[in-house]
Amino acid sequence: MEEIVNYKIVVLVKQVPDTQNITGEAMKEDGTVNRAALPAIFNPEDLNALEEALKIKEKYGGKIIVITMGPPTAAEVLRESLYRGADEVILLSDRKFAGADTLATSYALSMAIKKLKEYDIVLCGRQAIDGDTAQVGPQTAEKLGINQITCVDKIVELKDKTITAERSIEGGYEIVKSKLPILLTITDEANIPRPQSAKKVLAYKYAITPLEADSYDEEYMRVTEINESNIIIKLWDHGEIGASEPQCGLSGSPTKVKQIESVVLEAGEFKNIENSKAGLDSLIKELMSEHIIG
Amino acid sequence: MSNNEVWVYIEQNEGKIAEVSLELLGKGSELAKNLGVKVGAVLLGDKVKNLTKTIFEYGADKIYLAEHSLLKNFTTIPYAKAVVDLIKEFKPQIALYGATTTGRDLAPRIASELKVGLTADCTDLQIGDHNIKDKEFKNILYQIRPAFGGNIIATIVSPEHRPQMATVREGVMKMNTPDKSKSGEVIEFKPDIPNEILLTEIIKRFQQEKTVNLKGANIIVSGGMGVGTKENFKLIHDLAHTLGGEVGASRAAVDAGFVSKDHQVGQTGTTVRPKLYLAIGISGSVQHMAGMSESNRIIAINHDPNAPIFQIAHYGIVGDLNEVVPKFIEAYKSQKK
Repeated sequence: MEEIVNYKIVVLVKQVPDTQNITGEAMKEDGTVNRAALPAIFNPEDLNALEEALKIKEKYGGKIIVITMGPPTAAEVLRESLYRGADEVILLSDRKFAGADTLATSYALSMAIKKLKEYDIVLCGRQAIDGDTAQVGPQTAEKLGINQITCVDKIVELKDKTITAERSIEGGYEIVKSKLPILLTITDEANIPRPQSAKKVLAYKYAITPLEADSYDEEYMRVTEINESNIIIKLWDHGEIGASEPQCGLSGSPTKVKQIESVVLEAGEFKNIENSKAGLDSLIKELMSEHIIG
Repeated sequence: MSNNEVWVYIEQNEGKIAEVSLELLGKGSELAKNLGVKVGAVLLGDKVKNLTKTIFEYGADKIYLAEHSLLKNFTTIPYAKAVVDLIKEFKPQIALYGATTTGRDLAPRIASELKVGLTADCTDLQIGDHNIKDKEFKNILYQIRPAFGGNIIATIVSPEHRPQMATVREGVMKMNTPDKSKSGEVIEFKPDIPNEILLTEIIKRFQQEKTVNLKGANIIVSGGMGVGTKENFKLIHDLAHTLGGEVGASRAAVDAGFVSKDHQVGQTGTTVRPKLYLAIGISGSVQHMAGMSESNRIIAINHDPNAPIFQIAHYGIVGDLNEVVPKFIEAYKSQKK
């Protein structure tokens, strides 16, 4: 049995459009992204990060706090976190956060983490599948003034307020050691996330934010009863975390999107080659005559 | 006082310069020429002065050299501190980094500390103008990158902050032909790295030279999920061997364990542009096609005539790959005689 330390673990998660399984056109005719064509899911590597947190808790004891920033509907990933074993969940939601790039996002997340005061380990997925930037992790670590280990494939050991982890690098890996507190970004190589616990689904399926309790409309029909005890998901706005307004959202974002274009890939000419000896012979002859194959 | 230069961060591991850094010197010199400024290279390490010659040859006009025992190997915080101090002192207008595991660890940390913008994993960079309401910004950096899983291409700008920073994908920018006669000024910078700085201790480092050379291959034969099993992937190896090409794969084939990850072509793998690309049993996800659509010629072999890959292929063969591939090998061998 490992020494029980009771680590305080923060996991940062994001609800993302499922860009890997696109149905229909990703772009509308007016050139904007058709989010409706993309179902919202728990960012895959954030599930790996949550799984690492659960493993640490099982091994050494601890408490897991999951934070997400997003619109009110992002509460769904927090419910999913509860189903998997999170102890506390917090939704950062405020119109002031809208339009945030990675810098403004990491500012808000870091202010929320600072509000928690004590923490040992901050975990997040290496990158989110909508932007694939992998920037929010390192930027949050910088804002917290703590060290970071990115692309972690494996947590080797936690001992004496020190962590040893394996991170992937080009064509290999590195085993590194650092003092806590630390921020780690976790890859999909690290683990296979556990399924939701049926017991916890039953316990938390009515978990809501104060916002959802107030907006009892068609969308939340499944909340059959608004019960104060179901308000399990904390809701923090910019005031709650003491964030300065100009550093949030669009105004706190140095990068601006100038233009977006849909990717249209097409070949110049297409030749259908008959699946026969004659068809293949003529194809190979053509490629040879053009010196494409030798 | 700003020197307005275009800077390229030179990534070196144990005295070897990363290819992407040389590629960036190529793009950096093009951008600098466009802007009428100089290209500065930032080189960090311990006893790495011998690398300066190569860096000049590939396009740098100046090299900012920071040597320190704590910079011997890359660790986040001392490296970030040194680069931040350099940027604060010399104020370049643009700073570029390779989108490697190192670049993507380091650059966000620097951007956060300087409170400037950073665009990840760019596939193109250009200079142009931008307007925000009535305010016009001349000659700023267009940072162009795929987003939304490769379904869109976004142009990002950061007009009001300096430096404008980006990480750039490996293999997409062209290196300059090294100019042996080129040299320049080396500015030695004494980095202020306190001993008590937050440190990551490297216990072990294992890195293999690449055995798979997708970027340099003229012919790539790639297999996807349609190949079915790891054993059956031998067909792909056989055809690649016959044609003198390299073996590639879709992400699905790699995830299924048919072949190792270093063969992966696409958005999360390697971007390739060979003379000939054979996509076998690959339906053609946007992510895969983003990494190979610029191949000179594309042959798709798939049993499904509606597979998206046929939309970008130059030649399409509809049929069972288990039948087509051996026939292809045979036809090639008989014509080769």
